[in-house]
Amino acid sequence: MKIRLDSVVKTFDTFRAVHGVSLEIESGELVALLGPSGSGKTTILRMVAGLEFPDGGAIYFGDENATDIEVRHRGVGFVFQHYALFPHMTVGENIAFGMKVSKTKRSTVAISDRVTDLLRLVQLEGLQDRFPAQISGGQRQRVALARALAVDPKVLLLDEPFGALDANVRRDLRRWLRKIHEELGITTLFVTHDQAEALDLADRVVILDKGKIVQTGTPEEVCRAPASAFVMNFLGDANRLKVTVSGEKAHVQDVAFDAPGIADGPAELFFRPADVTWREDGQGIQATIARVIDRPDSKRVLALTVDGQAIEFDTAPEFPFRADTRGFVDIRRPRVYPA
Amino acid sequence: MARRILPGLPLTLGITLVYVAIIVVLPLGALVFKAASLGPEDYWRIVSSERAVASYRITLLCALAATLFNLVFGLALAWIIVRYRFPGRRFVDALVDLPFALPTAVAGIALTTLFASNGWFGAPLAAIGIKVAYTPLGIIIAMAFTSLPFIVRTVQPVLEELDPALEEAGQTLGASDLEIFLRVILPQLAPSLLAGLSLSFARSLGEFGAIIFIAGNQPFDTEITALLAFIRLEEYDYPASAAIASVMLIAAFTMLAVTNLLQARALRYTVKG
Repeated sequence: MKIRLDSVVKTFDTFRAVHGVSLEIESGELVALLGPSGSGKTTILRMVAGLEFPDGGAIYFGDENATDIEVRHRGVGFVFQHYALFPHMTVGENIAFGMKVSKTKRSTVAISDRVTDLLRLVQLEGLQDRFPAQISGGQRQRVALARALAVDPKVLLLDEPFGALDANVRRDLRRWLRKIHEELGITTLFVTHDQAEALDLADRVVILDKGKIVQTGTPEEVCRAPASAFVMNFLGDANRLKVTVSGEKAHVQDVAFDAPGIADGPAELFFRPADVTWREDGQGIQATIARVIDRPDSKRVLALTVDGQAIEFDTAPEFPFRADTRGFVDIRRPRVYPA
Repeated sequence: MARRILPGLPLTLGITLVYVAIIVVLPLGALVFKAASLGPEDYWRIVSSERAVASYRITLLCALAATLFNLVFGLALAWIIVRYRFPGRRFVDALVDLPFALPTAVAGIALTTLFASNGWFGAPLAAIGIKVAYTPLGIIIAMAFTSLPFIVRTVQPVLEELDPALEEAGQTLGASDLEIFLRVILPQLAPSLLAGLSLSFARSLGEFGAIIFIAGNQPFDTEITALLAFIRLEEYDYPASAAIASVMLIAAFTMLAVTNLLQARALRYTVKG
């Protein structure tokens, strides 16, 4: 089922949560809504679900205007951040809930067969008589997914689905969710503030800031060509240097970088910590090492340029230099954005 | 056992045991001892006398009716206090405790004045043929009044803790509001409702002050068991009074034991495996 949002607006009391967001999600696509807290991503997801109603704009499911359809008739599966499993029901009863309250009557046998199938799908065979309090967080979230899938939703919506789990479980679960998505091919929209999770899972990433979409694209597109300084910063560690642009060139000390399409005047130069080589031969920006931090697979070097701007970069663990060494920072793949 | 910061077990256990013995066990023991001074035949004759049995029936049925009324009304009251923000909400919240704070005799006199056939409520009710004061209906109202806070105050905290996401989950799965209430909310409230019910019921069984003013106290008709025990006391017939009281004691104890069992059953899902 294709989902289309057309200039959707939502205001809470005096706070404008979502400002005119338009977005298309193709049938069978897995899309991440990525943004910091307060960016409106959860509000958008809840409006698609029908748990909130937009103040302006429209939401289409296929060709049907779904804006005013109640949540219970919208045919979405929703997975909550804190699982929202019914604590007084067993795992099996939780999964069966949607089928039991459904208008399409199913026999007890049909329901129990479907529960067994879903438990197999989420790899929780044999746990159906446990209560939610008796299983782990990762297992609970898989039960929540099975429960959402049980009603054959047209669209699957996940609100920070792995936010409450620890790092290892998160990584396993997202790989597993990707696999399930490939098996079922159901249109899926999920919310996260974790860029690694969005890039790992999604076909397409929608990056939000202050209630607006700032960039939409495949993980490759948003990583290789961040549309703004915000996206550059939000997607991962980034260094920022103040520069002056003249004639589409950004100048730092006596080094010039290409700045296509940037107007003359002050601007900002961004680059990733991995895109730096430390040199002693005078090529690059002059800097002094302030501190070297050891990491399991690398060294993180903190350096200061001669005009006092901080730069962080990653080097091989064999990096021989220590604090107070002078040298030059050679930058690859720099990006210049207007200040 | 791990070391605790609070004063040690021997001290706290000692103090509480002595306290429980003096305040709770001793009077109850005296009651049983007094009742036991009767022979089995005398005891049975007193507790199974027609007047006593009539009083059990009245007390029990009225307490049941008052508790059922409070179940519905108390749950609704707790619901609006927790779920809605309206002007005067805190005042309503404070008002719930009033039956606890008010001397029950005051409540009884006030209720009698209101519901007497010339009272503010009693007159219009009498006009449509409903008599409240000096009937079992009056007893029910007095019981409901004094035991309302139990239901509200036991359900309220549980209601506050209910995760709204559970109701949203029910909605996304296609359940109607009624189905969500019956299948999602009510089962989670059940243990606290049960606790509130049993407290409310026990209080209604034992209520005295508020009832005697409004009940009319006609033997076989509007005479509650607590009053019958009191009448025997006034007649200096202590063993008979104790015998009747012992029946109430046994009834209250049995009921609390049964609700504890039911509650444990209703809460079995919270036990970690």
